[in-house]
Amino acid sequence: MVRDITLGQFMPGTSVIHRLQARTKIILLIALIVFIFLCKNFISLLLITLFSLLTILMTRISFFKYLKSLRVILFIIIITGLFNLFYGSGVILWQWWQLTITLGGVYNALFVIVRIALLMMVSAVLTYTTSPTDLTDALERLMKPLTVFHVKVHEIAMMMTIALRFIPVLLEETDKIMNAQKARGADMESGGIIKRVKALIPVLIPLFVSSFRRASDLAMAMECRCYNGGKGRTKMKVSHFKLNDLFAAIISVTVFAGVIVCNILFPAVI
Amino acid sequence: MKDFIKIENLYFQYESSEENENRSYALSGVDLTINKGEFVAIVGHNGCGKSTLAKHLNSIYLPTTGDVTVNGINTKDDDRIFEIRKTVGLVLQNPDNQIVAGIVEEDVAFGCENIGVEQKEIRKRVDNALKAVDMYDYRLHSPDKLSGGQKQRIAIAGIIAMEPECIVLDEPTAMLDPQGRDEVMNTILRLNKEMGITIILITHFMEEAVLAGRVIVMDSGKVLLDGTPKKVFSQVELMKKHRLSVPQATELIYRLRNCGYELPDCVLDEEECVQALEKLLK
Repeated sequence: MVRDITLGQFMPGTSVIHRLQARTKIILLIALIVFIFLCKNFISLLLITLFSLLTILMTRISFFKYLKSLRVILFIIIITGLFNLFYGSGVILWQWWQLTITLGGVYNALFVIVRIALLMMVSAVLTYTTSPTDLTDALERLMKPLTVFHVKVHEIAMMMTIALRFIPVLLEETDKIMNAQKARGADMESGGIIKRVKALIPVLIPLFVSSFRRASDLAMAMECRCYNGGKGRTKMKVSHFKLNDLFAAIISVTVFAGVIVCNILFPAVI
Repeated sequence: MKDFIKIENLYFQYESSEENENRSYALSGVDLTINKGEFVAIVGHNGCGKSTLAKHLNSIYLPTTGDVTVNGINTKDDDRIFEIRKTVGLVLQNPDNQIVAGIVEEDVAFGCENIGVEQKEIRKRVDNALKAVDMYDYRLHSPDKLSGGQKQRIAIAGIIAMEPECIVLDEPTAMLDPQGRDEVMNTILRLNKEMGITIILITHFMEEAVLAGRVIVMDSGKVLLDGTPKKVFSQVELMKKHRLSVPQATELIYRLRNCGYELPDCVLDEEECVQALEKLLK
């Protein structure tokens, strides 16, 4: 049961987006998110939406999967949409008691919904098309400059790697412990929420103890293999920026420039 | 080379709370010399100090008194600790807990990356190590999809990639099914014969110890017996006195001999046993 949880959301593939460097994808994603929020009128919003949808299409992953990523935050989208609808100024369209809907409110709501939806979907592009290992590796390299400020970049990346490695191991263990407790008559499926949470305690305690044991074993195994932090460490796989990364960057920068131009040329609506 | 690993008068006490004042020594006076290229099996029942001894060989533990030297380097020498760990690799019991990365080949590369091997060289070593343990086809897999025997072979590959002169295996087959045990034992034998790597195998399976060139029996932190499998397992009486078993074939022949049948002195495996019985029954 617990085993069915898929780790991360990586979907292997060979599309143009899959083949981009993880670092390129991260940087462009951050820039894209910034520009999604910089849009001030419908033309620029349309431009960035088309660009995002084009990127999504290029991943060759069914659009349905992206819509599924929206399901989790559907509630947030509706709530923020509603709040924005009633908050705004301009021509009054509808009024009842304290509630007023203005043209500005409608625009606000529309913008915020599109922005959050796009934000979710373009982030999914990164997690769907990049393997967790590549992602950790890219983060380590992107954060490298932070070592100047004594941020332990290598250690953080190492922790992420180990966490990713041990999630399935611990899930399996949880399953085993749950079965062992059920065999002794533990009841985990009935009762209210408080009773169920309480029923989890005899699962969590052995899990914790065994994780510590595992950690101590792993530390010893790492020591046996001469682990000494990031100092003097080399890498087997070093990825380099290629021509396709440059193309992706040029296209994105063009679109971003287009957004700025549209913002200047056309009147802002929010 | 003679005297590859030298253990002199080794005593070791676990650091524990002050409550138990007269705690006993986990190792009390071990003297051993292990030569290059040897295949040594260390046997003994639980708590006899065999795992503790294994962890002394690459300075995970340091002697309370006495010395352990590897290739002439004392394990207490803090500056050369990585030199020792590069020479003597240690494989632990639980394969799950010693795999660091989420992809097989990246895990094998981990040790090499730590000691700063050049990128191209790592690739070559990782491929060779994976071929040596017969896991090359699985190089891009995730370790959690593999069987216990396969995972243990990955762990061994991770050590081989560092090109050690000696591999210490601390009960590598204890958590494996019979098939996984065979896979691991075959790999170990191959490494010893084909690559000339010194193997020190800690085990409590006597059937595995028989495959070694030399067997060391430990009991209460001391070396009880040391010699060829034939020499060690012929002393069935002594082994029994210390609550140790001998291989089943050896035991059978020993009992039949006690019943007055004329059988050879010491038999180590099933094949020899069958031959001896065949001769008797003819």
